[in-house]
Amino acid sequence: MQRVLIAGATSAIAEATARIFAERGARLHLLARNASRLADIAADLRVRGANEVTVDTLDMTDTGAHLPAIEQAIARLGAIDVVLLAHGTLPDQDACEASVETTLRELDTNGTSTIAFVAALVPTMRAQGTGCIAVISSVAGDRGRQSNHTYGAAKAAVSTYLSGLRQRLRPAGVNVLTIKPGFVDTPMTAAFRKGALWAQPSSVAEGIVRAIDRGAGEVYLPRFWWVIMFVIRHIPEFIFRRLKL
Amino acid sequence: MAGDALSWGRYPRVRAPRVLPFPDRHGNLPDGESSLLPYGNGRSYGDSCLNDGGALLRARQLDRFIAFDPATGILECEAGMLLAEVLDRVVPSGWFVPVTPGTRLVTLGGAIANDVHGKNHHGAGTFGRHVLDFDLLRSDRGLLHCSPTSEPELFAATVGGLGLTGLITRVRLQLRRIDGPWMITESIRFRGFDEFFALSAKSAARFEYTVAWVDFAAKGKALGRGLFSRANHAPAHPLHRPAAPTRRLVMPFIPPLSLVNRVTLRAFNTLYYHRQRRDVAHATTHYEPYFYPLDGIGQWNRMYGPKGFVQYQCVVPPADAPATIARLAREISAAGGGSFLAVLKQFGDLLSPGMLSFPRAGTTLALDFPFEGTRTLRFLDRLDDIVGAAGGAVYPAKDARMSGARFRQYFPAWQAFAPFIDPRFSSSFWRRVES
Repeated sequence: MQRVLIAGATSAIAEATARIFAERGARLHLLARNASRLADIAADLRVRGANEVTVDTLDMTDTGAHLPAIEQAIARLGAIDVVLLAHGTLPDQDACEASVETTLRELDTNGTSTIAFVAALVPTMRAQGTGCIAVISSVAGDRGRQSNHTYGAAKAAVSTYLSGLRQRLRPAGVNVLTIKPGFVDTPMTAAFRKGALWAQPSSVAEGIVRAIDRGAGEVYLPRFWWVIMFVIRHIPEFIFRRLKL
Repeated sequence: MAGDALSWGRYPRVRAPRVLPFPDRHGNLPDGESSLLPYGNGRSYGDSCLNDGGALLRARQLDRFIAFDPATGILECEAGMLLAEVLDRVVPSGWFVPVTPGTRLVTLGGAIANDVHGKNHHGAGTFGRHVLDFDLLRSDRGLLHCSPTSEPELFAATVGGLGLTGLITRVRLQLRRIDGPWMITESIRFRGFDEFFALSAKSAARFEYTVAWVDFAAKGKALGRGLFSRANHAPAHPLHRPAAPTRRLVMPFIPPLSLVNRVTLRAFNTLYYHRQRRDVAHATTHYEPYFYPLDGIGQWNRMYGPKGFVQYQCVVPPADAPATIARLAREISAAGGGSFLAVLKQFGDLLSPGMLSFPRAGTTLALDFPFEGTRTLRFLDRLDDIVGAAGGAVYPAKDARMSGARFRQYFPAWQAFAPFIDPRFSSSFWRRVES
């Protein structure tokens, strides 16, 4: 039976992933801000077959609360086989440009708070000597683009931090998985017109669980984003600066 | 949402529909002036799930279980859940949905809003009869708990109410016990409508599910031939246990022309009618291919080409049913036979709980027609003349074209229903038929 901790558990991708673990009979501990939505999701996961579901409210930007929340999770689960970090927002770049305060807040929500939570987990995971820390970063972190470089900068920090941590925890037997979804049709992206590149949360969730199962270090979801981002990363800067991506 | 919000018939089309998210059942209806209509999984055929000029609520996002008691078979869940998701969870525990239409890709909310029926109508009645209660979110009164005893009038208006009375957010449903996922089926060839009626009468008591396929492309004396299918859930350990189907086909693109035409139809129907060598064929099958043969072909509706198709489903009263069905059949055969998907079923006399519920005692006939503009519309008006004269009705969930006058004749309760419509809710269908 897998013991799974999910932070940002009310996000659409996290919920879809939790369902797969629930159908496997996992024991889950869920963290998010909204208690009522947590309760709805916990009830759903129980009917889907979860062995046990416990919840705790946590604002991920409140870094002081991270350690107590992790201790509480370990008390509930016993040990942690999988941690999934899925909280985040999609900042409006124009709003960030208009306010330094907004920019810093978004960097915190999508970058610093994630890194802080992972850092708080490291001693536990290292001591366990097993398990997987899976974090939802983004293709946006691969290169800064004019349309969302605040979000991209936060995710780039997350991806880079995880890349180093992956090397660091490998000898200890702990896997660190960087998840880079492309466009996903979720409440976070409700305002966008959807085209052929858009994926459903359920298919992204399947990809996440597959990557966790096989101990992957990094995964683009859907997989074709690896090709797109390979090209985008390799466009010379003198051309890239003229693009309106 | 990914792609556009279409109805299943792909006719009519609404340009750039606005689809609003609704991920939290405790949330409020979106602010704004535009009219609203719940949009589930888009399996209504015509325009009852469309709201041209207004907005759609993405009800499919409400897809959480709330509670399931394997001892009593009472299931409580959010209303955007698909029948398919319910079945995946409850069948292994020995339960089945009490009533199912020919696709499991409909939401529970949609099943209530159209008070859907299935092959067991003669024994179980409509879906609404098995709904214990639901929550209805309205713009004027907030969240309301509705059941046959609490807000009974609103319950009756909402069952079969085409999504117009508010957004159904939560449902509690009584499931039906089964021993396993298998079905024991019989397929019997019949040569005329009189044989169909005799088989229906003879089978109703012994078989939980009955339905017939009719070859409407047949001419002259052959017209009225078909295959009568009757089935029961199998006991726990039938002798032959087929595996659950795994193969899934998808219609990957829209062909430039309808693949359904007079030539393909006559050939296909003749082959299908003769597919069994004997007059009676027995089989044990998994419930999925039995109830949902078309769900195995994703996006099958695309085979009708870019113009889409319309479905016509009517019910005619029992008294003159044989004569009325024969009259309709002659009209359909003369026009080329519509499509392969032609279904005939004898409804039982159990009362439907909704004010606008379609099922009622009599014989129901359903078939698809490739949409060919005014030719198709005029032809269906002629069918309406026959159904109207017989005192029958046409199913709104499948309709894209009936006149307002016909609708009001078929559903005289529409006047009593109208006051229950949520002041902010409307649909393309309703605006078409209310005046």
